Amino acid sequence: MKIAIGSGKGGTGKTTVSLGLALSLAEESLVQYVDCDVEAPNAHLFFQDIILNEKTAGVLVPEIDSNKCTFCGECSKFCAYHALAIFPKTALVFHEMCHSCGGCSKICPEKAITEVKRNIGKIKTGNSNGVILSYGELNIGETQSPPLIREVKKTIDNKITAIIDAPPGTACPFVETIRESNFCVLVTEPTPFGLHDLNIAKEVVKILEIPYGVIINKFDVGDSKVEEFCLKNHIPVLMKIPNDRNIAVAYSKGIPITETVSKYKKEFIEVYKKIYERADCNKR
Amino acid sequence: MKELIVISGKGGTGKTSLTACMAVLAKDAVLVDCDVDAADLHLILKPIIKEQVEFKSGQVADINNDVCIACGECKNSCRFSAVVKTKSYIIDQLSCEGCKVCQIVCPVNAISMHENICGSWYVSETRCGTMVHAALRPGSENSGKLVSIVRQKAKEIAENNETDLIIIDGPPGIGCPVIASIGGATLALIVTEPTKSGIHDLKRIAELTRHFKVPTCVCINKFDLNYNAVREVEIFCKDNQLKVIGKIPYDLDVTKAMVKGLSAVEFMDNSVSKSIKDVWDVLNSIINKEETL
Repeated sequence: MKIAIGSGKGGTGKTTVSLGLALSLAEESLVQYVDCDVEAPNAHLFFQDIILNEKTAGVLVPEIDSNKCTFCGECSKFCAYHALAIFPKTALVFHEMCHSCGGCSKICPEKAITEVKRNIGKIKTGNSNGVILSYGELNIGETQSPPLIREVKKTIDNKITAIIDAPPGTACPFVETIRESNFCVLVTEPTPFGLHDLNIAKEVVKILEIPYGVIINKFDVGDSKVEEFCLKNHIPVLMKIPNDRNIAVAYSKGIPITETVSKYKKEFIEVYKKIYERADCNKR
Repeated sequence: MKELIVISGKGGTGKTSLTACMAVLAKDAVLVDCDVDAADLHLILKPIIKEQVEFKSGQVADINNDVCIACGECKNSCRFSAVVKTKSYIIDQLSCEGCKVCQIVCPVNAISMHENICGSWYVSETRCGTMVHAALRPGSENSGKLVSIVRQKAKEIAENNETDLIIIDGPPGIGCPVIASIGGATLALIVTEPTKSGIHDLKRIAELTRHFKVPTCVCINKFDLNYNAVREVEIFCKDNQLKVIGKIPYDLDVTKAMVKGLSAVEFMDNSVSKSIKDVWDVLNSIINKEETL
């Protein structure tokens, strides 16, 4: 089963909840932790002494054989992303613009275009106490995180429960992360910002037809509008975590919530049961 | 004209709360929300929309099922898994990146392309001045392009109003919308927090601003959460010639201000609001070249 953890707003506690779930489940059986926030991956900081294997990950970009190219310009006319510019005697490729659709190599009448791999980041994997961790690290200056997210998701073994830590926001990186998940947990906080972004994230999850529920973090600090919103929209509230300075201080040191307050292990197992009841297990 | 951009790498460090304060303190800056897929600044500044423009970007494919012979060529060729086989073949509009490859491989011309409406952008009035903001349609792409549009619009407004300063609330992360937000900015303020995650992401965003040669300074939010981590931030900043221009304490009243729809400097008068005012004073001096980085 694949459980995605998203939020809309950043800093609401996605990683705290993901770690809580993964570490609690790991007491009973092997679990995967898949950190898809490739721009700002943080989960690995909570696995001290973990030994990581790394490999590079790339995307396909066109390479033009200047001996075969007649500079006809068909490729640049076709490219929807303005990644190719053809002059009378020169062909230029702008790698950062390319979406790796492969269209230029298909359209070239001279078969002058081949696709070559260009590195955009790293995939790192390791094991720690029953958790198989994998995450991506986008190279600094790269614009496109979805291709790297796709690579991170290839590390998922469908036979094992996977906790997928999503990036903040509700745009394409979030969509790429939560697609094909059996359930999505939206972690929010009871503030106007939390509610506003929860509402957008909810729309995305609905479009993707993924069953979902909400965890309200620091539920006692803001107002009651998030709870009212969930009630009105029939969204299950899976858990409410109170504001606790000790959890925040421990988090700052890289200590997960389940080690700070031991009762949370039991509570996250309960959350998992609620997820299990509601998940759509036909999705793959 | 000067552009000040607030970024963080890690989400939820306090970018928007701080930007709202600076909007109030600046009094007459043009304000921009570049976090187009989870925009929140409007919840504090309560803009009255004066102009709304639809944001169209790229195209998406559509399959005419009356013509489609269900050969599956489009599905085989699509690199974005945007062709889905249900009873018939359909395009998943959220996944389609508009590359047109499906259109060229289709043997019976069953696929057409149409314009993709990705959201809207707005020019509004607020109690702190003109604001340019946007709302990306849930799940849409091309946020970088929308960011470029709102920044450009803000520059035009600032020129017409003879306003000297633009304050931008940036998106989290280090990817496409962030790169579109920081390019060519006068000054970037990184808001970090003294946590392992905060420091990890500070290093990545600082490398990004260096890569794009954007002058950068740092402010530490919730500094009293972990003093050892604060030292670590300070050492990193010193080693990388980044000026730490202020530290803001952790205070739940900041959340209370947000709930009331006010910036922290409007809501309270204490050590938090004072530290924010100090940050603003330093930023002002740096922008006006009275102080060096």
